[in-house]
Amino acid sequence: MEKAKIDNDYILEVKNLKKYYPVSRFSISKNRAYVKAVDDISFKIKRGTTMGLVGESGCGKTTAGRSILRLHDITGGQVVFDGKDLSKISPGKLRRMRPQMQMIFQDPYSSLSPRMPVGEIIGEAVREHRIVPKSQYRSYILKVMRDCGLQPQYFYRYPHEFSGGQRQRISIARAVALNPKFIVCDEPLSALDVSIQAQIINLMKDLQEQYGYTYLFISHDLSVVEYISDTIGVMYLGSMMEMGDKKRIFENPMHPYTKALLSAVPISDPDVKMNRIILSGDIPSPVNPPSGCKFRTRCQSCMEVCARKVPKLKEYEEGHMVACHLYSQD
Amino acid sequence: MGLLNIFKRKKIEGIDNTMYLTLRDERRISKENNKIIKYYERMKARKNVPEEEYLTQMRDPNNVVEFENLHTYFFTDVGTVKSVNGVSFDVPQGKIVGIVGESGCGKSVTSLSLMQLVQAPTGQIVEGSIRYKANDGKCYEITKVPRDKMLKIRGKDISMIFQEPMTSLNPVFRIGEQMDEVVLLHEDGMTPESAKKRSIEMLRLVGIAMPEKIYSKYPHELSGGMRQRVMIAMALSCNPRLIIADEPTTALDVTIQAQILELLREIKEKINGSIMLITHDLGVIAEMADLVVVMYAGRIIEKGTVREIFHSPKHPYTIGLMKSKPSGKTTDDRLFSIKGQVPNPINMPDHCYFYNRCDRAMEVCLGEYPKLIQFSPTHFAACYLYDESRLSGDDLAKE
Repeated sequence: MEKAKIDNDYILEVKNLKKYYPVSRFSISKNRAYVKAVDDISFKIKRGTTMGLVGESGCGKTTAGRSILRLHDITGGQVVFDGKDLSKISPGKLRRMRPQMQMIFQDPYSSLSPRMPVGEIIGEAVREHRIVPKSQYRSYILKVMRDCGLQPQYFYRYPHEFSGGQRQRISIARAVALNPKFIVCDEPLSALDVSIQAQIINLMKDLQEQYGYTYLFISHDLSVVEYISDTIGVMYLGSMMEMGDKKRIFENPMHPYTKALLSAVPISDPDVKMNRIILSGDIPSPVNPPSGCKFRTRCQSCMEVCARKVPKLKEYEEGHMVACHLYSQD
Repeated sequence: MGLLNIFKRKKIEGIDNTMYLTLRDERRISKENNKIIKYYERMKARKNVPEEEYLTQMRDPNNVVEFENLHTYFFTDVGTVKSVNGVSFDVPQGKIVGIVGESGCGKSVTSLSLMQLVQAPTGQIVEGSIRYKANDGKCYEITKVPRDKMLKIRGKDISMIFQEPMTSLNPVFRIGEQMDEVVLLHEDGMTPESAKKRSIEMLRLVGIAMPEKIYSKYPHELSGGMRQRVMIAMALSCNPRLIIADEPTTALDVTIQAQILELLREIKEKINGSIMLITHDLGVIAEMADLVVVMYAGRIIEKGTVREIFHSPKHPYTIGLMKSKPSGKTTDDRLFSIKGQVPNPINMPDHCYFYNRCDRAMEVCLGEYPKLIQFSPTHFAACYLYDESRLSGDDLAKE
């Protein structure tokens, strides 16, 4: 790995990514209202590492994940994947790129076609993209299934015959079968029980070690993100609030929102009482977010400048970026 | 014949030897079920039942609810699902009892049995008793209370907060109408005006800033956290003695979850009631509960105070659950995981239900289901690991 160039170190580079949804589709007036689901976020992911994206529901983390894969068109910005700008690439070329980037969806009950047997679910795209020669097709699928902890006799079974954890294994197998370099995992654990969650986390870690996948792990469960990620980005209302190495974020959270988020996680020890920061109120509507810093309406250390200026994401220590006026010099 | 072979499914070990029910079997089962269901339904629909039949005495006067050997079964066409299979525990006055377990372990059905809300006619309480002490000092045997009497208890003395606030609020009525209904139904001498006053007061109690405004809004206009607050306000409006919170924060974000849990704790202090908190999140339990009941596949496998359960868990399942949750302390090596999955609820084995997933399974475990073994006045676990009389010599040597 050391021989690789610096440019090549990062598999994915997101620059000023924006995704706006118009509120009313048929509005003629020029100043249409937009829901700024993802509003100017930038980050990079190193090859073979995992980036965790956390935030409350409605903060745009799923939209960010989908925009990166170009599952829908983006409003602005750039997504550079493996040296190619995905936002400008032609549909034909994009299609040929698809096997390299895959997605694991949140709900294993609705993301698998109920009319296809497992072998077909996993194998359809393999055949379509001609990953392996036809003669090896079946043995390849069975190998992928074995890697993901699925027994070979499941090949002809249908998704309804499986429990949630097994289904999630099928979705993982479907993604992995295409030899991807990069996988977006959109809350793959939230529909599962605790004991099954641990199995799936271990499976994902094993696959990463074996094949060197890069993950973008979207989740609202901070303890899982802490365990699986190398770097973490904290999002709030479409903007990146804090970003950096896992250790730095968890040991020294700087942004008031990250602090509140970390303190809100219940701890499985009755004797440890956290000094809890309880945020008042709800996440504001993304149609007209607060001026300046978006978090200021719920922030406990809100200042006068917060309403005027949008804080920029700045590096305050190595590998730790925060967007907050508390730490800016001016 | 090559063409036909494409459509032919190969016989595969593991699929084709599983037992499938024939249509005839299914018909026979449903016929038997109908007989059983009819019996229970008739019992419930009786009118003018004398009070003596459903009044009992509590074992311990400090308890609000006592479950004893409760069995709730679902009679489905493919067989009987023993959702709750011999559950006994107490809910003391003024305490929070947490029930943890994976999905399908019967924790919700236990609470629904207490409310007589089990999905009838397939779901029936078959055996056991639930004793409940009402405000007026009378003790009801919930399993025998007829339907018309239950209407007066449900929602007034025992109220429930459901998991998904959007589906449990009626979308076509305003918040206020739904809240007033509870008060008007359960309290005598209430006028619409006084009911409105009470509702607004309750909304203020749960920390809603402008209760008058919220009162005349529809559920879809509120956020998830707000809706859950409305649900809590509604549950509180008749001064219940017991609140059942069925996964009250599962659908909410962590920051909102912290708000709601804080609120529940405050409320408990204010009304001096008890709370039955059902959740799968061990963190929530550690934070909120005084007593913990761990359920697995319809049975209690361990119960005790929070400290006992979290500091010295005994049952391998409880230990596994604690270890499989990543926390700040876990290093980068593999996370502990419990192998396998919950057995099929229809054909439960006779031996310990956890046998096939347990990493400390022994030969004795294949015997009859282990009894609850007592460790302290409050701490029990059902596992042969601690049953000294059952352990043979070499099993002890392994320890």
